[in-house]
Amino acid sequence: MRRTPRETAESAVRVTRRGLILGGLQLGFAATLALRMRHLQVDQADEFRLLAEENRINIRLIPPARGRIFDREGRVIAENEQTYRITIVREDAGDVDAVIARLSQLVELEEDALNRALAEMKRTAPFFPVTVADRVDWEDISRVAVNAPALPGVTPEVGLSRVYPQGDLFAHVAGYVQRVQDRNLALYEDPPAVLRVPGFQHGQVGVEARMENLLRGEAGTKRVEVNAAGRVMRELDRREGEAGADIQLTVDSALQDYIHARLGAESASVVVMDLEKGDLLAIGSSPSYDPNKFVHGISSKDFKVLLDDDHRPLASKTVQDAYPPGSTFKMVTALAALDAGLVAPDETVWCPGHMEIGSRRFHCWKRVGHGHMNLEQSLRESCDVYYYDLALKVGIERIAEMGRRLGLGVAHDVPMSAVTSGLMPDKAWKLRERGSEWVIGDSVNASIGQGFVLSSPLQLAVMCARIATGRDISPRLIKSVDGVETPSRAGQSLGLNEAHLRQVRNAMYAVSNSRRGTAFASRIVADGLRMSGKTGTAQVSSNVVDNNSVPWEQRDHALFVNFAPHDTPRIAVSVVVEHGGGGSAAAAPIARDVTLQALYGEDPPLEAYPSSDRSRIKAQQDRLARERRIRDAEGQSRA
Amino acid sequence: MTYLEHKVKSVPAGWRKVLFLNWPLILLLSAVAGVGFLMLYSVAGGSFRPWAEPQMKRFAMGLALMAVVAMVPIWFWRNLSFVAYLVALALLVFVTFFGTAAGGSQRWIDLGFMRLQPSELMKVTLVMLLAAYYDWLPLKKTSRPLWVILPVLLILLPAGLVFEQPDLGTALLILMGGGLMMFLAGVHWAYFAAVIALGGGLVLAVFESKGTDWQLLGDYHYKRIETFVDPTSDPLGAGYHITQAKIAMGSGGWTGKGYMQGTQSRLNFLPEKHTDFIFNTLAEEFGFVGGFSLLILYVLILLFCILSAVQNRDRYSSLLILGIGVTFFLYFAVNMSMVMGLAPVVGVPLPLVSYGGSAMLVLMVAFGLVQSAHIHRPR
Repeated sequence: MRRTPRETAESAVRVTRRGLILGGLQLGFAATLALRMRHLQVDQADEFRLLAEENRINIRLIPPARGRIFDREGRVIAENEQTYRITIVREDAGDVDAVIARLSQLVELEEDALNRALAEMKRTAPFFPVTVADRVDWEDISRVAVNAPALPGVTPEVGLSRVYPQGDLFAHVAGYVQRVQDRNLALYEDPPAVLRVPGFQHGQVGVEARMENLLRGEAGTKRVEVNAAGRVMRELDRREGEAGADIQLTVDSALQDYIHARLGAESASVVVMDLEKGDLLAIGSSPSYDPNKFVHGISSKDFKVLLDDDHRPLASKTVQDAYPPGSTFKMVTALAALDAGLVAPDETVWCPGHMEIGSRRFHCWKRVGHGHMNLEQSLRESCDVYYYDLALKVGIERIAEMGRRLGLGVAHDVPMSAVTSGLMPDKAWKLRERGSEWVIGDSVNASIGQGFVLSSPLQLAVMCARIATGRDISPRLIKSVDGVETPSRAGQSLGLNEAHLRQVRNAMYAVSNSRRGTAFASRIVADGLRMSGKTGTAQVSSNVVDNNSVPWEQRDHALFVNFAPHDTPRIAVSVVVEHGGGGSAAAAPIARDVTLQALYGEDPPLEAYPSSDRSRIKAQQDRLARERRIRDAEGQSRA
Repeated sequence: MTYLEHKVKSVPAGWRKVLFLNWPLILLLSAVAGVGFLMLYSVAGGSFRPWAEPQMKRFAMGLALMAVVAMVPIWFWRNLSFVAYLVALALLVFVTFFGTAAGGSQRWIDLGFMRLQPSELMKVTLVMLLAAYYDWLPLKKTSRPLWVILPVLLILLPAGLVFEQPDLGTALLILMGGGLMMFLAGVHWAYFAAVIALGGGLVLAVFESKGTDWQLLGDYHYKRIETFVDPTSDPLGAGYHITQAKIAMGSGGWTGKGYMQGTQSRLNFLPEKHTDFIFNTLAEEFGFVGGFSLLILYVLILLFCILSAVQNRDRYSSLLILGIGVTFFLYFAVNMSMVMGLAPVVGVPLPLVSYGGSAMLVLMVAFGLVQSAHIHRPR
């Protein structure tokens, strides 16, 4: 229906006017939009560009390879192995249940791990790889790889994990690593970012913990582009990190291996110290445990077994346990008295088997008495009364000072966990810690290494080393870091009178080599390798008359310290056998075997032993050779 | 008043009409749609699927529809105005009760090959109805209260229905489009002053009512307004969209990051990158130059509409052309304001560029009406 257009001049003008007004307003608004655009895109462009980059670029850390740990011969104590795990990406898998069913026909999947993985899949983004099987072996991985077409979304992945090829040998020394835990983070004011990488390992115990900062290395970084959901789209660039420093310890795996075999089931510890630079050749604490179990996360059942064992495998007895040193302390008392000039070596003391001090009677271990005793005889036969007499003359302050000079009562600087300072008591200590006055009986007990005195096997070895050399020698555990040798720990002379030292050393020689010496049965007969030592027996509970008639945990600790060879000392050894009974019977034979093993660097010839022992030693050598892990051939191939 | 027409003495007929189409307008519309194809190809990561190809088909269909509508004389459409409005209203009522639930609101009728959004249709039919109404109404009655209330009711009815869906953005667009039609028709200034004052009071009331028993808007509207005022108050929630949209835009700088190099959109930081926020993708990849160019294209379309309306001596035609121009303006102005952080995010697409069927087809039909009015203008 066409009609003539309705048109009046008035309406046309009005529409035109209003239309132009509105058009003007629209243009004005468009200009506002343009200005806003300019504001955002020109004035604030730099700021927004930065924000866009922050959105897009994510910096990921590349965990560094941890430094390895070697023994002094270059045998591996700790290294990194490639571990394989199987991951599933939900998004790529499609039907996850079907894929897992197929996977479980190829690889054994643990129910726990699988349930955990399925739970994790529900929580995480669909493109996030979830581990369904950790630490699978290479055959499993290759089976998965071959069947890859049937397993969409399943990827074998490689990572690095710590491994201790020597098993339990160095558990207490090198320690172990575990996944980073809260208490590890608490060690740092500003924890390195790499510690937050999932699965990253941190030293927990021993050298691994104490040298963590050297071993860890520097993390590399890679910049990746991510989308809004966090999925990595591509890698932009990467800066490689730096592997951790390799650390060489002073220990000798073969000797350590021998010591563990020799100690057997005993709860015991042995320290062997080289006298040239203070190197710790062996630090054996028995029984031990497999650190590899801790790396993977030890089961609570296995852990409970370790905790409940009364032989305390978890304890690092060489450095963390402090025992009364018993008679091995008598050298300290003797040197203190000689140093003070209050006693001459030839002066004798009458030992009737006991000594009355005030109203108390202090017994000698030999109830019938030793008779007249001079310095050498008293040490040789370990007469207690002689030292009671010295204590009365010298006093605790001088004894304590000598003890500290010889390395007792101070925590030695070795990078192991829970290194004890032991206890070298004096009057001030007792007043401070016990709130009571030092009494003369305390000095008497201390003079024979009982009472308050406590020392670790490491301290006893250091004491012996200092007596043997007269030098301020300290233990060294780290031989080199990344091939750079650490400084020798054999210091300057202690400033003790050489004649006094010689008298004590000769007395120790008599202990091991005189027919009347308490360790005569455990002597070395090889010329030039004869050893000098001192037995000790530390009371665990009072009034034990016969160690064989009381329960194990009430028996005395057996101790022995020695150095060898007597004329040109090369090593110092300390042995503590917990609840082993007497030092001469339980500790001295171990010390002799270890000493010979260390001096020869292999099984010693039977000629080094007294002829009466040889057949027994032969059988022992054969037995231990079978038990040891590191045989010469194997040791060479590792080196 | 150049091209071809000065020789024409009467309205062209038959195929000759093709010569009298407003060709610059068609070219501008095609250019804008072309920008859309380019961006949809880009946000799909360099692929015609899933967006660019259907969009191109729909634009082709839209062009055909426009041509058909353009060929039919404008007086035919004028006579159809009231019926068209009633149909759109019926569909709107229908969708409120039977529409496909999506995104928390009922907006669509599923036609199988496309989803029809009656509220889009209503924007155009309302313009047609009001143009016809003021064409029919004697000029001197225009500002009489009774004759003002009638169109107000005709506007409020669909706006209320759309608001109920709930689709606040489209409801506001309908209200503003209708109101501006009345302004164009010459309703007295005083009414608008009164409405603006009232509107201000209403906005105040809306904010005052928050948290009370008589709260006027849904919670999500308040949320949107709050995050609009301060996007950083909720950086990972609703404010995330606005913040990321502004980052996309701002990081484009003068000349942009390059085609298909927009990190914000390619890495999915940008939400709704193929629909409401497609302008940000353009601004990110082509910078200020690209964004401003599109704005110029839009403004040119507006100018050609105004030019055509001013040339046209038929009251219905000129009102219709201006009204459709206003509707078109409201689309891009609201969308751009919202993606640039000048207005709350209310879900209005960028006309002819955003992916979506209803809006594009309805707009092409609307421009068909503009063409028809242009061709069949009195000479």
